[in-house]
Amino acid sequence: MQTKNRCAGSTTTAFILAFFLVVFTLVTVYLFVSKTWWFPETITPIGHEIDVQTQRTLWLTGIVFVLSQLGLAWVVWRYRNRGERARYSHGNNTLEVLWTLATALAFIGLGVLAQFTWAKIHLAEPEPDAVVIEVLGEQFAWNFRYPGPDGKFGRTRTELINSGAGNPFGIDRSDPAAADDIVVPILNVPVNRPIELRLRAKDVIHSFFVRELRLKQDAVPGLEIPLRFVAERTGDFELVCTELCGMGHQRMRAPFSVKTAAEYEQWLRDELALLQSNP
Amino acid sequence: MSTPSHVAAHVHAPPQGFLRKYIFSTDHKVIGIQYYLLALVAVFVGLVLSLLMRWKLAWPNDPVPWFGDGPMLPEQYLALVTMHGTIMVFFVLTTAPQSGFGNYFLPIQIGAADMAFPVINMLSFWTTFVSFLVMVAAFFVAGGAPISGWTGYAPLSAVGEIAGPGQGLGQTLWIVSIAIFCAASLMGALNFIATTIDLRARGLSLMRMPLTVWAWFITAILALLAFGVLLAAGLLLLLDRIAGTSFFVPGGLVFTDKPVPHQGGSPLLWQHLFWFFGHPEVYIAILPSMGMASHLLSTFSRKPIFGYRAMVYAMGAIGFLGFCVWGHHMFASGMSPYSAMAFSVLTMSIGVPSAIKTFNWIGTLWGGQIRFTTAMLFAIGFVSLFVTGGLSGLFLAQPPVDQPLHDTYFVVAHFHLIMGVAAIFGIFGATYYWFPKMFGRFLNEGLGKLHFWITFAGVYLIFVPMHLMGFFGQPRRYAEGTAVQFLSAMEGPQQFVTIAALVTGLAQLIFLFNFLWSLKWGRKAEAINPWRSTSLEWTIPSPPPHDNFGGRQPVVHHGPYEYSVPGEPEDFIPQDAPPRPAPATGD
Amino acid sequence: MPATVIEELERAAVGTGGRGPARRDGGDGDDARRRAKPPTPRSAYFTGLVLGLAAIFMFFIALASAFVVRKGLGGDWRSFELPGLLWVNTVVLLASSLVVERARRLLRTQPAARFGAWWSTGSLLGIAFLVGQVAAWRQLAAQGIFLATNPASSFFYVFTAAHGVHVLGGLAALGYVAARGAAHQQSTGNLSADLTAGYWHFLGVLWVGLLLLLTFGR
Repeated sequence: MQTKNRCAGSTTTAFILAFFLVVFTLVTVYLFVSKTWWFPETITPIGHEIDVQTQRTLWLTGIVFVLSQLGLAWVVWRYRNRGERARYSHGNNTLEVLWTLATALAFIGLGVLAQFTWAKIHLAEPEPDAVVIEVLGEQFAWNFRYPGPDGKFGRTRTELINSGAGNPFGIDRSDPAAADDIVVPILNVPVNRPIELRLRAKDVIHSFFVRELRLKQDAVPGLEIPLRFVAERTGDFELVCTELCGMGHQRMRAPFSVKTAAEYEQWLRDELALLQSNP
Repeated sequence: MSTPSHVAAHVHAPPQGFLRKYIFSTDHKVIGIQYYLLALVAVFVGLVLSLLMRWKLAWPNDPVPWFGDGPMLPEQYLALVTMHGTIMVFFVLTTAPQSGFGNYFLPIQIGAADMAFPVINMLSFWTTFVSFLVMVAAFFVAGGAPISGWTGYAPLSAVGEIAGPGQGLGQTLWIVSIAIFCAASLMGALNFIATTIDLRARGLSLMRMPLTVWAWFITAILALLAFGVLLAAGLLLLLDRIAGTSFFVPGGLVFTDKPVPHQGGSPLLWQHLFWFFGHPEVYIAILPSMGMASHLLSTFSRKPIFGYRAMVYAMGAIGFLGFCVWGHHMFASGMSPYSAMAFSVLTMSIGVPSAIKTFNWIGTLWGGQIRFTTAMLFAIGFVSLFVTGGLSGLFLAQPPVDQPLHDTYFVVAHFHLIMGVAAIFGIFGATYYWFPKMFGRFLNEGLGKLHFWITFAGVYLIFVPMHLMGFFGQPRRYAEGTAVQFLSAMEGPQQFVTIAALVTGLAQLIFLFNFLWSLKWGRKAEAINPWRSTSLEWTIPSPPPHDNFGGRQPVVHHGPYEYSVPGEPEDFIPQDAPPRPAPATGD
Repeated sequence: MPATVIEELERAAVGTGGRGPARRDGGDGDDARRRAKPPTPRSAYFTGLVLGLAAIFMFFIALASAFVVRKGLGGDWRSFELPGLLWVNTVVLLASSLVVERARRLLRTQPAARFGAWWSTGSLLGIAFLVGQVAAWRQLAAQGIFLATNPASSFFYVFTAAHGVHVLGGLAALGYVAARGAAHQQSTGNLSADLTAGYWHFLGVLWVGLLLLLTFGR
């Protein structure tokens, strides 16, 4: 504290601190601009919208980030102790009102904008011709049920649940609608068709996450939660669990493929044949 | 966890009184130190847990030093996740800045001799202490510590051992510990609020209170309203576990092939109750550090706080909005999309008071004469971290943008910077600032600066890459990335972060050494007011006498941050200095 | 919590009464560093009481909102007839409040004749309330309705038990005031009697609220 004889040390520290802040800001901006590690390209229209909103947010936060950190660096350097008396000021109400309004407008505006994208994800009318697939999370695997040619899911009963015997859903095969229900550990969907996943969980909460879809939805025991999307591009991707579900959480994954219509139909036929040859 | 013997050396206490004076003391200063030391033990426990986790993430198949011969098991990793989070949030971030410093300095800064209810104060500390013992005991019971994270989501936390190792007795102890902690925090909060309302010195109007006092006061209100809710939630969870009720456990659950006998409960109900507490809890952790950083920035730039009133209102707004936004933790939970919209816009609006605070901090430095003490460096570091950690919140507050980022390392980076590291920087700054008042000796400034530089650079090296790993899609709470193909690209970044964490973690030993060494051999704080500060604690000896003001009743005549007033011989006016003929005071 | 309140009352009692120095620190009053602290002002105790009640209120609000949400989930909720005894208990508890209040007002006159009798009667009515609550539990148990039987019964037992624990604390405080007697109260500005009565009235009102919730929210 002892004011005057510390001025010299003050300059060095101010310089190092300001320099540090500038370098840190530049490096951080570089990492985000070059997208050092980033999501793979999205395969859905909604994914593009999410990316656009993310980009807007990056711009806004980026500007505030750079201005604040560099502003901090500037005052640290400029207003280091020079053995003078500091300016006596309790603030400035005009400035106060100005930046309150500006941030309110920017932040809340951005937030309101986001709701339009959100509405498209979760409030859109279900497509009547959607491909409906049940997704069931369990410790520590994903299971998928396709309704088969009849387009209807058969009855399930809790007491029939037996993952060891290949019946994690507890499908009651005595129900005619259940006879052609296909249960597989991989998720295949056709390209360019509306998909409706119905997420359920058998034991604890799991969460459905595919990076390329940009979608994440918890599968909650006791609830059936729909998740809708259209995949525009074929390819092989990975589905992972993103809600802590127990000791095997990190190995709870499943392959996720978007196939052409023909491939998809063929795969369904193959699975059905397999089911009927080995009921 | 006993009080170090040097404290006893200052006062010639009869030996038979030791227990009453330094262990079961009702003196707010002793209790404040007890809380601080408890947090100090807890923070090193939590730190070691996090370094063990980091080792596993970087080298998943290698044995972890001092952790058995083989590689760490996933369930051991998750136990570390849970305990690291719980210990850090409750026993460090809630304990040190509020219960520790608040206890010691709130009464002094308002000119009181003690808290309003000293016995409740003592009970509050010892209840917290018991809570900590129960929490740590979870490590040593059959099955080990719980693996459900600090959020303890049901049904994972509600159905017992069937859900995994650690979910038996370990999880029960976790809930019991949290419940005890709730009781302790409620007693503490009650004391803080009553003290602030009723025990202020003459002349100390609300708008003359230092921002530290405001921060502790608002934090205590949050704690008073939030911890009862957590207690209720914990009670219901405990009943689900041991009494067979179904508050949070739905019917028809089957673990592998074993059904559990419950009916129609709601896992989301737990999340609502938990986050109704949990979000205010985040502000309980950060608000005291905001107050302390404000105090330091004004003191060491020798300038009044820029926009004192705006700072107070901003803290109030943050506290109030903190109760309206819990749902933003649940955008992916299956909650109604309409409520998500409301929660989202409300959450974005928290950015406004946060921005006001940031601009006011920079405005405080503007035109100042900055003294780069270690305390000041940490306060400036706090501002930088608050900006960095706060802005990432704007991503997570928007449900669509949150979708891909939710439960990834982006979230981990966000909350560690804002509620973990920024809050810790506030605590460090306050420690360097108040240590001479508390112990009569200075911390070593050279070691302090070394500690600052390594820590400041270190935390950014740890957490900036983690934002990008989140953007890559790295999920949190994964013990290893070996099973998921796309995570093989994360091996390098994981190792980088681990090395940065190890270096930063080791650097904390500098602080620990500095703390212990300075208690005995630090430079003596001979002057009553070495930092030339204005608040009341700097008008009394270091350490202060038993009744703080030695029988004097301070009368406050000035605002809390009267620095560099023109025409004054000194560049600061203590709050209790006689009134000036032509008062130059603003607020 | 009530036990700690009582200890605080002890402090206050000495404080508002005697203003004696060096009362707690024993022995070393000549050491300036260990000068006795001034007493906590009376107003702080009432602030503390209100804050404590606010915290308890939040606890019950959390339970009540859990009740409403859980009931809304439908499916497995089976309401059951609340024992009629609860209404009797309610009357007993409210009567207890009135009697305690009457006793408290008696303290305003010197000497406070019959304070002890009224206050003890109020306390006994409080005990009667708890006995009645346990009896209501036993009635339900006899019908096969237990804690885990159904969410409706779970909440019933949780509400009554949580309230009962707070009543136990209140009884401890009532007992403490009764044991110290009227003279002690009057020498301490009636502090502990006023605080205890305030807490006790709150428990009465809280119980009525809970009972209405249980009755109409069933």
